[in-house]
Amino acid sequence: MATSVRAAGDGSAPPAAQAPGAGAGPGSHRQRPSGRSAWRSTLYRLDLKAVPYVFIAPFFLTFAAFGLFPLIYTGWLSLHRVELGGSAQWRGMGNYSALATSEFFWNALANTFTIGVISTVPQLLMALCLAHLLNYKLRGRGFFRVAVLAPYATSIAAATLVFAQLFNTDYGLINTVLGWLGFDPVSWESSKWPAQIAISVIVTWRWTGYNALIYLAAMQAVPRDLYEAAALDGASRLRQFLSVTIPSIRPTILFTVVVSTIGATQLFGEPMLFGGSVGISGGSGNQFQTLSLLMYEKGWVTGALGQASAIAWVMLLLLLIIGGIQALISRSNRNRNRNRNRNRNQRTKAGS
Amino acid sequence: MRTSSSRRGRGRRTVLSVVAVVSTGTALLTGCGGDSDNGKGDGAAGGEQITLRIGTFGSFGYDDATGAKLYAEYMKTHPNIKIEESNVADGQKYWDTLKLRLSRDSGLADIQALEVGYIAEATGPAMADKWVDLGKTGGADLGAFLDWKVKQATTADGKVIGLGTDIGPMAICYNKDLFAQAKLPTDRAEVSALWAGDWAKFIAAGETYRKNAPAGTAFHDSAGGLFNAVISSEAVQYANAKGELDYENSTGVKKAWDTAVTAAKGELTAKLRQFDEKGTWNAAFKNSKFATVACPSWMTGIIKDQAGPENQGKWDIAAPPVAGNWGGSFLAVPKSGKHAKEAAELAAWLTAPAQHAKVFGVNGNIPSSKDTLASPAVQGATMPYFGDTPIGKIYSQAAAGITPAPISRWDGQVKTFLTDNGILDIEQRGTDPAKAWENVKKLVDDKIDQ
Repeated sequence: MATSVRAAGDGSAPPAAQAPGAGAGPGSHRQRPSGRSAWRSTLYRLDLKAVPYVFIAPFFLTFAAFGLFPLIYTGWLSLHRVELGGSAQWRGMGNYSALATSEFFWNALANTFTIGVISTVPQLLMALCLAHLLNYKLRGRGFFRVAVLAPYATSIAAATLVFAQLFNTDYGLINTVLGWLGFDPVSWESSKWPAQIAISVIVTWRWTGYNALIYLAAMQAVPRDLYEAAALDGASRLRQFLSVTIPSIRPTILFTVVVSTIGATQLFGEPMLFGGSVGISGGSGNQFQTLSLLMYEKGWVTGALGQASAIAWVMLLLLLIIGGIQALISRSNRNRNRNRNRNRNQRTKAGS
Repeated sequence: MRTSSSRRGRGRRTVLSVVAVVSTGTALLTGCGGDSDNGKGDGAAGGEQITLRIGTFGSFGYDDATGAKLYAEYMKTHPNIKIEESNVADGQKYWDTLKLRLSRDSGLADIQALEVGYIAEATGPAMADKWVDLGKTGGADLGAFLDWKVKQATTADGKVIGLGTDIGPMAICYNKDLFAQAKLPTDRAEVSALWAGDWAKFIAAGETYRKNAPAGTAFHDSAGGLFNAVISSEAVQYANAKGELDYENSTGVKKAWDTAVTAAKGELTAKLRQFDEKGTWNAAFKNSKFATVACPSWMTGIIKDQAGPENQGKWDIAAPPVAGNWGGSFLAVPKSGKHAKEAAELAAWLTAPAQHAKVFGVNGNIPSSKDTLASPAVQGATMPYFGDTPIGKIYSQAAAGITPAPISRWDGQVKTFLTDNGILDIEQRGTDPAKAWENVKKLVDDKIDQ
């Protein structure tokens, strides 16, 4: 209905509805449309209904080509024995069961977990403290806010190469300083925990400022009067931080935990570049090989694309589980908040 | 209101969106399709102007800028041919890309260089049919090459898919200063005699060195490098006579492993990894941290660059305990190229003895043709950085003693596991050798998808 009204109102061409069969109402126009008006209304309908899809099509096409297709194709590959240049042979779940019994897979999974923990936890704690400090009125606040973001703007490659030089066992600054202090040099690359700690330092250095800025944004949305009220009640700044800031930005903390966990699960560039020439295998004894590195090694170094695809799918599964846990936690959080608000409202009502 | 209308319209919208996606997709696909047969737009028929592309990695010494200007020379005698080289620095990346392109039969250059580490894969069943038989096309004189070099590039059914460019005969480079300080001989003939014929003597020389060594230096650069040197001199390496991977039962692997482990355990090595990206190995040249390094012909350039002018005259080159070959390349012509015949002719010309000599003169690549190896240009060549060492004589003698070993397509990968995971682990982390060997076996079983 709306279409015909709009077409009639359009002054650019004689409205079809008022042509020959005049006198008849709009209803008759519908039964007996002239060819032109039908075309116009079809066009108009197309314009209304189809054009938005054409406008959003590039994203979905790109997503289909570079997101969905690789995902499905990887799943298909993971069920085959594939080699670059050869044809695929069906292997069923063989690649997955091989992973389950492969000590290299479990080693990589454990490394991913340990490096993830020793980089994510200090990183988020430090980010919280930094954000809290930046949230105060202090001189040169703008400068500090930009400064904390600078590591994030540095490329992984550049940062890692610098750190790899600092941690160099023979010529690195860190071992030199340790030597001045009378300690033995630490073999930062070839020993397991020093290597994992060194990699975590790079990750932490790079992402702390980024998370701090996210926390800062969330902190600025916390109503000032909460702090004022807390201050009037005699709460110290630490108390305010623990009892006002942290509860207020809990959803943001959860968000950063999830994002950092995803990042840690996919950790690749730092260990690869830190290890230099033996980076892909995560050191001579795979002491810091992560899941991503193992996937890369399988796919591109030894050419077992099927097994690499299986690892990719296992990683996806892990991330989905993490996402699911996050959803559960945030839902329980929301429920708790709702209950609290309801209680508060009831209390207010009761009070009034 | 909005929700209800969207609910009503969902069925039709789905159809429309599918139409939109499909039509846009088709437009994209046809757009891409139009590109695929761009070629170079140059028919080869009747002396027309054609462009030959040659894909290389590292330094082949052919180009007109720093090499022997072979392209300019060829284009002068073949006015209808234009040569374009595309060079990739990293040999591993070059090969990975080449494999992908071969599998798709697109994006290939008319001539592709192949490194010896991958020649078994290129001649193997999956790829053998992708190459032109250069024994028949292009007019190459196969008899001019070293016999084993031709054999390496020959497929099971007798096709020669690659023509040899250079080889990697090996010597031992040693630091005269450090040798003198450790009371070892410094004269190249005496040093050669010190370990002639047996790697065990080389280890023994290392023991002597260690007793009198200047503080902070080691006899050899790396156990992994020693492993490579020993196995390069063995007649049986990673593969059995049929070209199947059989490193576990190989006498060569066992000998190289045991020698390298002895050196690592006996503190004869500087615990470095060759070519490590952090430059620790490079820095050790400059700081004279080790006294010897296994030295294929191409290594001399690396020593010269890394040890730098301040160490000029300190290094010299001695004969290896046992002659070996470490490295070397081929030129191959993919069948799918438009100008396969012309490309084969160019490959044959580039690898002919006369051109080998020109490249050796400019780039130092040891030729893979018999006559050129014996020619005065090679025999009389010296290297000022090493105190005018007769490198031509040393390396052509080493080349004469090479026993070619059968190779399998997994050689390169297994070598990496043995040196970077097994031996480096023993050397740097003190892992028990038996355990390290088990780890290597597990790595091969797990990661090589045979």
